[in-house]
Amino acid sequence: MHLVLVGTSHHHAPVELREQVALGRDDAQALAARLAEEGSEAVCLSTCNRTELYVAAVDADEAERAAVAALASLGSEVEPALYRLRDRAAAHHLFRVASGLDALVPGEGEILGQVRVAHELGTTGPLLDRVFRQALHAGRKVRAQTAIGESPASVSAAASALAEQVFGSLDGRSILLLGAGKVSEQASRNLRSRGAEITLVANSKTDRDRIREQLSWVDVVIASTNAPGLVLEAATVAEAQRGRKGRRLLLIDLAVPRDLDSAIGELDGCYLYDIDDLEQIVAETLSLRRREAERAEAIVAAEVEKFHEWHASLDVVPAIASLRARAEEIREAELQKAESLLGRLDESQRRAVEAVTTQIVNKLLHLPTVRMKQAAAAADGGLYAETVRHLFGLGEDER
Amino acid sequence: MAELLFWPALLLYGEAAVGYFGDVRRPGRAGRVATWGVRLGWLAQTALLGVQVARDDAFPWQTWASSLDLFVWLVVSAYLIWGCRRPYRLLGLVVMPLAVALLVVARAGGGTGIGSASHYSNLFLVVHVGLVLAAFAGFTLAAALSGLYVWQERGLRTRPATILRRQMPALATLDSLAFRAVAWSLPLLTLGAAVGLGRLLVRGERLDALIAVTAVTWLVWCAYLALRLVGGWTGRRAAYLALAGFVLVVIVRLALPATHFA
Repeated sequence: MHLVLVGTSHHHAPVELREQVALGRDDAQALAARLAEEGSEAVCLSTCNRTELYVAAVDADEAERAAVAALASLGSEVEPALYRLRDRAAAHHLFRVASGLDALVPGEGEILGQVRVAHELGTTGPLLDRVFRQALHAGRKVRAQTAIGESPASVSAAASALAEQVFGSLDGRSILLLGAGKVSEQASRNLRSRGAEITLVANSKTDRDRIREQLSWVDVVIASTNAPGLVLEAATVAEAQRGRKGRRLLLIDLAVPRDLDSAIGELDGCYLYDIDDLEQIVAETLSLRRREAERAEAIVAAEVEKFHEWHASLDVVPAIASLRARAEEIREAELQKAESLLGRLDESQRRAVEAVTTQIVNKLLHLPTVRMKQAAAAADGGLYAETVRHLFGLGEDER
Repeated sequence: MAELLFWPALLLYGEAAVGYFGDVRRPGRAGRVATWGVRLGWLAQTALLGVQVARDDAFPWQTWASSLDLFVWLVVSAYLIWGCRRPYRLLGLVVMPLAVALLVVARAGGGTGIGSASHYSNLFLVVHVGLVLAAFAGFTLAAALSGLYVWQERGLRTRPATILRRQMPALATLDSLAFRAVAWSLPLLTLGAAVGLGRLLVRGERLDALIAVTAVTWLVWCAYLALRLVGGWTGRRAAYLALAGFVLVVIVRLALPATHFA
């Protein structure tokens, strides 16, 4: 049984191509079911950054052709952008994907959930079930044992992380939005997802007194107006601070030119960050993620090795099963031959003889079984299996 | 036996102090190892104190040096309440070097030796010395939290790109924990000092410099609570006041001899 991967991702295809092969859950499930007809297994992983088909089949060439045809039927120009991987390389790729190592931002965490959903919706059997379970395990292990996903990877996430550094829990914290640009919307959405609330979205028509009143009690100010000059002077904030009784105020200025007076950062209890500060923080955390990615690659490599050993052992499993069946057959036949002697034994003595002969068979076959599995992992499995079949005459009766 | 337990406690605390510095450079394993150093060191020191109690068959902290031993134990105990949690590990950066230094000072002063029997009852010593030391331990923790607050706040103000790499508790959390540590410790100091003062008055003894500075220390921590509750002093100002209060604690613990009840 071979593992075949055909797919495309942000590394190989621009969004114009990726959107042609992007599939919703139902379509991905249907495609996997269609590919899995005739006894193979299939999973379709489709996200905004990638669409990949994982197929487990005896005939790898045929499975690959079918997968390529399935994706090419979705987008006429997509075929040149498809990559094709098999067995160990395919598993390695999946493990890297699940660990967030193949993502646009290293350590991106959403992909782990997407891989899990794809696995659940796929038409899986022993091979795909195993490889996906192990990929999910590798992904969780990478996140638990490295800091790859701990630091924010976007300006909006950095703003939220800073707010948590100042306030701890953001539950119930209040946000004043000055202007409503795209980045500030993302930042406020990120803050709201952590429990904060927007109390006012102010624009150029909003009464200044209302903004001053808000400044006397809000926790976070996010500014991103298109105003040519300053929207909030240090003196205004200083005046508001007097009534805040030491409450901290985090100000995020995402506008260019800046909306907030840089002197605000000098005020007691005020923490001011502009877009450059946030971008530097994000650049630093991304470099940290890249460093952690090296450790994550080692974890992934170890997990891939485990999978490979298991996968390779599948080649020798039929030979091992035949060998054991033959041994058991001989054991039972010899016991029957000795029936005249054994007939005189009582029940417990018979059980003891059964146990002893079974032990002898198991002990004799233990080392060959282990060696065959090891040889399978080292790519000699087929040769060993054939040798065992020849030496013990396995399968000759069928021929 | 006490000797055998002193060195593991000192070494483990030392390992923890070094580990926390390593955790600043690269958060993770060094911090975990340091936390285990604190836990095991604390167990060794607890056993050390237990051996001292059994050996002397009395309250063993009647000398300046041996009371310093107990003080270190109390500080580390208080730290362990929060210190094992990941965001508070860096509190150990302040607490553990202090614990190591004080343990060395205590040993140099004969803290693990056999003390002479006191003519004061164990109950009085436990209430007076025990409560005062517990309060000072709480103030030390509050000062450590305040020190971290000042450090973290400076980081947030100077806006380095690495600010999120530090695994630090939030400013609000540090501020609140320091306040709670003081709010628990001040009543202990008040009670411990009141018991001692009552005894002093009954016996008609004179006040000494230690008592005077302890009174000033008590006033500073009272001011800390009052200014926070009434004056709205939070954050940096409160942190600086806590650090000032801690300087007085250091003076009381290390610089002044106890001549009262002599």
